[in-house]
Amino acid sequence: MRASPLLIAALIAVPAVLRADPVMAPDPLSYTQLADPAQEARAQALMQTIRCVVCQGQSIADSDADLAASMRAIVREKTAAGETPDAIRAWMVARYGRWVNYRPAVEPVTWPLWGAPLALIGIGALLARRVLKRRGRA
Amino acid sequence: MIAETGLAALWIAAAFALLQTLMGFAALGGEGRPLIRAVRPVAVVQALMTATAFAALLLVFWHTDLSVKLVADDSATTLPTIYRIAGAWGNHEGSMLLWVTILALAGAAVALFERRLPERTLAATIGTQGLIALGFFAFLLFSSNPFARLDVPAAEGNGFNPLLQDPGLAFHPPTLYVGYVGLSVAFSFAVGALLTRDIGATFAKAMRPWVLGAWIFLTVGITAGSYWAYYELGWGGWWFWDPTENASLMPWLAATALLHSVTVLATRDGLRAWTVMLAVVAFSMSMVGTFLVRSGILTSVHAFALDPKRGAFILVLLALYIGGALALFAARVATVAEGNRFDPVSREGALVVNNLLLSAILGVVLIGTLYPLGVEAMTGEKLSVGAPYFNTAAGPLALLLVAVMAAGPVMRWRRDELAVVGRRIMVPTAIAVLALVAALLFAPGLHVLLLLGLTLAAGTAAASVAPLWKRNLRRTPLFTWGMVVAHLGVAVSLAGMASESAFTRETLVAARPGETVHVGPYAVRFAAIDPAAGQNFTAVRATLIATRGNADPLTLQPEQRTFDNPPQQTSESAIATRLDGQLYTVVGEQVPGGRWQLRLWWKPFVTLIWAGGALIALGGLLSLLGRILPRRGVKVEQHGYTRAY
Amino acid sequence: MKTVRLLLWLPLIAFLIVLGLVSSGLIKPHSTTIQSQMIGRPLPAFTLPSGRAGEAPLTSTGFADDKPRLVNIFASWCVPCLAEAPELMVLKREGIRIEGIAIRDRTEDLAAFLQRNGDPYERIGRDDTGAVQIALGSSGVPESFVVDGKGIIRAQHIGEIRPEDMAGLIAAVQGAR
Repeated sequence: MRASPLLIAALIAVPAVLRADPVMAPDPLSYTQLADPAQEARAQALMQTIRCVVCQGQSIADSDADLAASMRAIVREKTAAGETPDAIRAWMVARYGRWVNYRPAVEPVTWPLWGAPLALIGIGALLARRVLKRRGRA
Repeated sequence: MIAETGLAALWIAAAFALLQTLMGFAALGGEGRPLIRAVRPVAVVQALMTATAFAALLLVFWHTDLSVKLVADDSATTLPTIYRIAGAWGNHEGSMLLWVTILALAGAAVALFERRLPERTLAATIGTQGLIALGFFAFLLFSSNPFARLDVPAAEGNGFNPLLQDPGLAFHPPTLYVGYVGLSVAFSFAVGALLTRDIGATFAKAMRPWVLGAWIFLTVGITAGSYWAYYELGWGGWWFWDPTENASLMPWLAATALLHSVTVLATRDGLRAWTVMLAVVAFSMSMVGTFLVRSGILTSVHAFALDPKRGAFILVLLALYIGGALALFAARVATVAEGNRFDPVSREGALVVNNLLLSAILGVVLIGTLYPLGVEAMTGEKLSVGAPYFNTAAGPLALLLVAVMAAGPVMRWRRDELAVVGRRIMVPTAIAVLALVAALLFAPGLHVLLLLGLTLAAGTAAASVAPLWKRNLRRTPLFTWGMVVAHLGVAVSLAGMASESAFTRETLVAARPGETVHVGPYAVRFAAIDPAAGQNFTAVRATLIATRGNADPLTLQPEQRTFDNPPQQTSESAIATRLDGQLYTVVGEQVPGGRWQLRLWWKPFVTLIWAGGALIALGGLLSLLGRILPRRGVKVEQHGYTRAY
Repeated sequence: MKTVRLLLWLPLIAFLIVLGLVSSGLIKPHSTTIQSQMIGRPLPAFTLPSGRAGEAPLTSTGFADDKPRLVNIFASWCVPCLAEAPELMVLKREGIRIEGIAIRDRTEDLAAFLQRNGDPYERIGRDDTGAVQIALGSSGVPESFVVDGKGIIRAQHIGEIRPEDMAGLIAAVQGAR
């Protein structure tokens, strides 16, 4: 049974009112891929690492929020215009701060973070020496 | 009436927990024999009372008793029955009661079934278990009462989060909690042993089945949670490094290290300090996880919305329990006689490296999860630490661990030769090299971590069955089978993860009914879009017909569901599973021009991720059975020193 | 061995540090709002079609005319915007210039909203894609930015404007020469 467009429109409209959401459709670039697969792959990879500012812990690639859709459209637009992922990321951080970046940059405030794995291996190696004895020594 | 019975049972249980604690620790005094015997039934009664309270909560939810505040806040009469009942643990107070119930039942299980541990240590263990229960009973009774009544019963409940209205809710939290909270037994064993200074092979053999049991449930819980998130959340992700997910991964990492460490202690009487430390750390991680999820200090889709006062309560409990255990460890462990030392090239040596790598990964995950908090506390600035950090920092460590896992099981105890070990893993290494060449030829341009992942998965899968080579399979002990299956599971899971990350194809399009789009090897025709309805929702359902070569067409029907209590929209994905991957389809919103947003993925071999998880759990089960069932025939332990396995 | 003794206390010390960090997180309840980082920077360049039929577009170049303003980001479908509409009318009466940016709003919905709740705006720009909203570092509606006479963003107010915020906002705009 093919349902009438009217019925479907009604089904969509009612929840929109309940949600107090815009009636206007999002930018097409938020839900369609770029024509060039390499560009789309770069854009997609970048979107996975930009945090949605109105969600509780999702990237803009994974979020259904309208603002996330707008941000996706901006990422695709800039990628198509030739900007590098790093430049686009920097643009986002310039607007929202480090919070919007899921990939922490290597800078003084994150040195302990990036140094942690190395420090842990070092401590581990020291501890291992205590338990492992050398060949030849009793 | 039922709610009051539940609350009364909870108070009585708390009283028994107090008794259990006092008796358990008094038994250390030396005059203990009658106390030691009496503490066992006390623990059992405590568990029975707690279970009664939990049963009361289930009943109250089943009947949707709207005079109970929790039911009014988190349930509704319009919910299907399964979610009315499972919703009992879909909120903070209910899940906390489940937590405490499992804690009590675990203590009772120890009291009823533990026979190998010396009596004084057992009493101290049961006492510790009671002490932990006491703190959490206090938390429940004084700040998170699940049985609080409303003065005026609500007319209808506020409903239940639609994302949680899924069979996964009935399965994932209880399983996870049995694992999470089951690790309390290991913690109590460790504290008991530290108090009586009784850390040796007997202690390890007694603790091992309990660790295995909890670990199996934790593995299943995490695997199930990952699959649930994958099909429920609608974008095909299976791990997000979300703080709550990390909160379940950290105890698992510690428990895996503990599992291996306790075997060394049991068979070789070495790694005493490590084993006790890991036992304390594992449950500490469980408690820290419980705190993180309920305190509101970290943002997560999973987190319960709570006020900081409750968070502060748990934090105080944490400080007492973890701080106390760690202080006891530091004070006592140095006085315990040291165990054996080992050759670097030996199974013990490999297990030490295994311990270190697992602990390092645990450290990385902990630091990554807490770092944003630390930065905000010290500078006021907000920053995010997400998947890119965890994958880069923990990924190489995990791959190294998998490589060690390939060689470890074929090494001899006490001492081995590198050249000989090399010979034993020659075939797996060859397979790995073949896989590497194949990957470079057929999938150029892969990220180095994914390339290594595929290579190591192939090699380690072969290496994991190596211990069975040239053995009489019917006389191979069950716990050796367990090791083989579990390690194979790790390799399988890794293969799935690498394949999904490397080879997934996505198509994102706005299509009109009648149009055909392509994703991976499939041509997908958007046949129709129709309204649909369920018990408590209305929906828009798309019908997609997917064809691939000459195979029969597949019909998939993803939906966009609209709930009104609470008002929320969810996306129900439609997934078709084939031998070589999954076709994952999602329908989004309507856009101008009579088009609908469609997201389609072809994910090759993604199911291996969870199949591997299931294998790991199965391996654990085989090992557990191998340790607790009476063994027939020759005692294999004696051969363990000179044979490789 | 001394080092061994020290190493044994390491886990406890690490735990106490973590405890301290986490406690501070509890004491200062962490705010969930994301502040814009554009404060102190010039308004990003934009040209938006007008929200009122027949009017000229709203452009960023018109802001550097030595007159400080409040830029109010709103929408007719946004419930808190309804709550702040009376406050905006009061601000207008106090002589504060308000420019509006309407997010994803159709002209007819916008007209109906202004008809019902009053129109405090000098000019209104329609941001149909949310691009300007993001360029400003705004993360939702309603939000208001204080922009000085040189076109530099001086302050951000997240959420609806309440009576208690009025005095501070008026002072901010008047002080932003």
